Amino acid sequence: MTTNQPTVIDINAVSKDFVLPHEKVDSIKSAFVNPFRKQGSVEVQHALKNISFEVKKGEFFGIVGRNGSGKSTLLKIIAGIYKPTTGSVNVTGRLVPFIELGVGFNPDLSGRENVYLNGALMGFSSKEVDEKYDAIVAFAEIERFMDQKLKNYSSGMQVRLAFSVATVLAESDVLLIDEVLAVGDADFQRKCFEYFKKLKRDKKTVIFVSHDMNAVREYCDRALLINDSEVVFQGTSDQTAKEYMRLFMPEQYQAQQDEEVKAQNQGKWGTGGANIEKITIDKRNITQDDKDFTFTVKVKALQDFPDGLLYGMTIKNQQDEGLLGTNSRIIRKETKEPIRSGDIVELNWSLSNIFNEGIYIIEPAISDPVNMDVIQWWDDAARFTVRHEQKTPYKVAPPINLEITKK
Amino acid sequence: MSQMIQQLMQRYRYSLILLNQLVITDFKLRYKGSFLGYVWSLLRPLMTFAILYVVFVNFLKIGADIPHFAVYLLFGVVLWNYFTEVTSNGLQAIVGKGDLMRKLYFPRYVIVIAGSFSALINLGINLIVVGIFMAVNGVPFTWHLILVIPLIIELFIFSLSIAFLLSALYVKFRDVSYIWEVILQAGFYATPVLYPISLVVDRSELAAKVMLMSPVAQVIQDARRFAISPDTVTTSSLISNPFIQVIPFLIVIVLAIISIMYFKKKAPNFAEEI
Repeated sequence: MTTNQPTVIDINAVSKDFVLPHEKVDSIKSAFVNPFRKQGSVEVQHALKNISFEVKKGEFFGIVGRNGSGKSTLLKIIAGIYKPTTGSVNVTGRLVPFIELGVGFNPDLSGRENVYLNGALMGFSSKEVDEKYDAIVAFAEIERFMDQKLKNYSSGMQVRLAFSVATVLAESDVLLIDEVLAVGDADFQRKCFEYFKKLKRDKKTVIFVSHDMNAVREYCDRALLINDSEVVFQGTSDQTAKEYMRLFMPEQYQAQQDEEVKAQNQGKWGTGGANIEKITIDKRNITQDDKDFTFTVKVKALQDFPDGLLYGMTIKNQQDEGLLGTNSRIIRKETKEPIRSGDIVELNWSLSNIFNEGIYIIEPAISDPVNMDVIQWWDDAARFTVRHEQKTPYKVAPPINLEITKK
Repeated sequence: MSQMIQQLMQRYRYSLILLNQLVITDFKLRYKGSFLGYVWSLLRPLMTFAILYVVFVNFLKIGADIPHFAVYLLFGVVLWNYFTEVTSNGLQAIVGKGDLMRKLYFPRYVIVIAGSFSALINLGINLIVVGIFMAVNGVPFTWHLILVIPLIIELFIFSLSIAFLLSALYVKFRDVSYIWEVILQAGFYATPVLYPISLVVDRSELAAKVMLMSPVAQVIQDARRFAISPDTVTTSSLISNPFIQVIPFLIVIVLAIISIMYFKKKAPNFAEEI
């Protein structure tokens, strides 16, 4: 999809060594007065070894690895903060790093002044900041406090301001995002993830460093796995996430593998003639803020069906209680169009998010429109998780509105 | 021509934006929390003047043969303070912003230059005070005054060069700050700031000549000559050999080259060495 695009970031055989003196020579005395004593032994730490990769324009590229694997060093090299020991880094276009929020914030300056200072640090002139100032303040939701000193802000307000400066202002070509961005309370995380989605929509080139495999899977197109200073894997985000789990979370990986094998064959029953090949959920983790829930089912006909097919689905909770279900006839979407052997039908299901907190199971099914025989039913085909902040002890939690008027 | 300027502006766009904002911030923060605020910028040289006047003109009575000696002193002190401020700001510039260096890439020299510009603003304010006292003391204003501008540029370049050198050295050797403090103190007495250089000439002409090889001394004396009293003993008036006369300028140029080269070489490693 993005392969025809020009390369924006070209990392070529980059290595980085840190020389760590055991006894740091940081006074002139130890450097000059003591020339006879053996100089403190030096340890060379190879933080990165021969890293090469390319990022195309518009790609969301992940860099994953455990703590200390060298991924943050790599990010700093791309950002130009560190110089590579060998190798070269070429970045086309303007690059804005988000390694930490609110870099350079000064507690003695007002919120307004800090916005301009922070903007300048990211390379935006006062005029450019002027244009977006109102949007920044609106996004941070702290209009009233902009002329107060930053030291009088709560830490939450500071983070909000920093985040909105960074996100509203940084409409640059290339963004480097460290995982530290995604810390904070649930509300803030949600904002972060919404921002990521926006970046994806706007086709920005993004390098995202993380060890949250779910986030990588959800946002990245491709990803790179670093372990012990070296690239051990590079591929689509899904493949990379799998490799990461295989290396570092063997138990979870096994469980997932099992699930996938099962997904291929198990749990399917019926008279046959058509196969449900795949079920894809757009978002495996949803919250109460998601208005809709959508998933796609791919069906392949293995024989001719002159009267078409009837498609159904059921969603159950973890206690195996059916929560809802329907089919194309009930919702009057049935097409009597004939289907030939080898045809592929894609079904896009979408429903309002009425789910309460928990894990849910989707079971798609196909049946014969004439005799209602089940051609194929797929038990436990896919699962998704719902997080809900407004907890109620009931099975469903649709958005409920209430208006109270005293008469 | 305008296209070339535009290209240069584009190339140094980030540096300029940053420089502008850092100088503004520095200026805003300078007197934060003080009751009188910016008034201090004016009050400080005024108070210095008062002290100098009382001590040197009323009690010590040195320099009685120099007309407008109090203003003459103040001008020297103001220039010396500028030199001190630029170099001390510069020394701390890189290490002081270490946190920023580790998280963001920006041209490192901007921070050092920002420190010198803040000092330059301060110098401007101080020079206004000097100008006021010149007028009050009845110092005649002549066209020679214009020549003070290139001298200030020379002092600016010299101080900035030292600032670059010190800021880069300080990253590795923290002793530099103590050493520089001592050098500044020695330099203060070795430079004819508080006393007329004629006192030294009377004892040993050679010593006076050596002292006037220092670019700071040369600038201060020349500036005094152009602005206040044309009889001031300067490098060019004391030394007749033109090859020796240019030594202060050579020092400025050579030091500037060395400092810039050293800084350029060290700058890429600041983030990891701080």
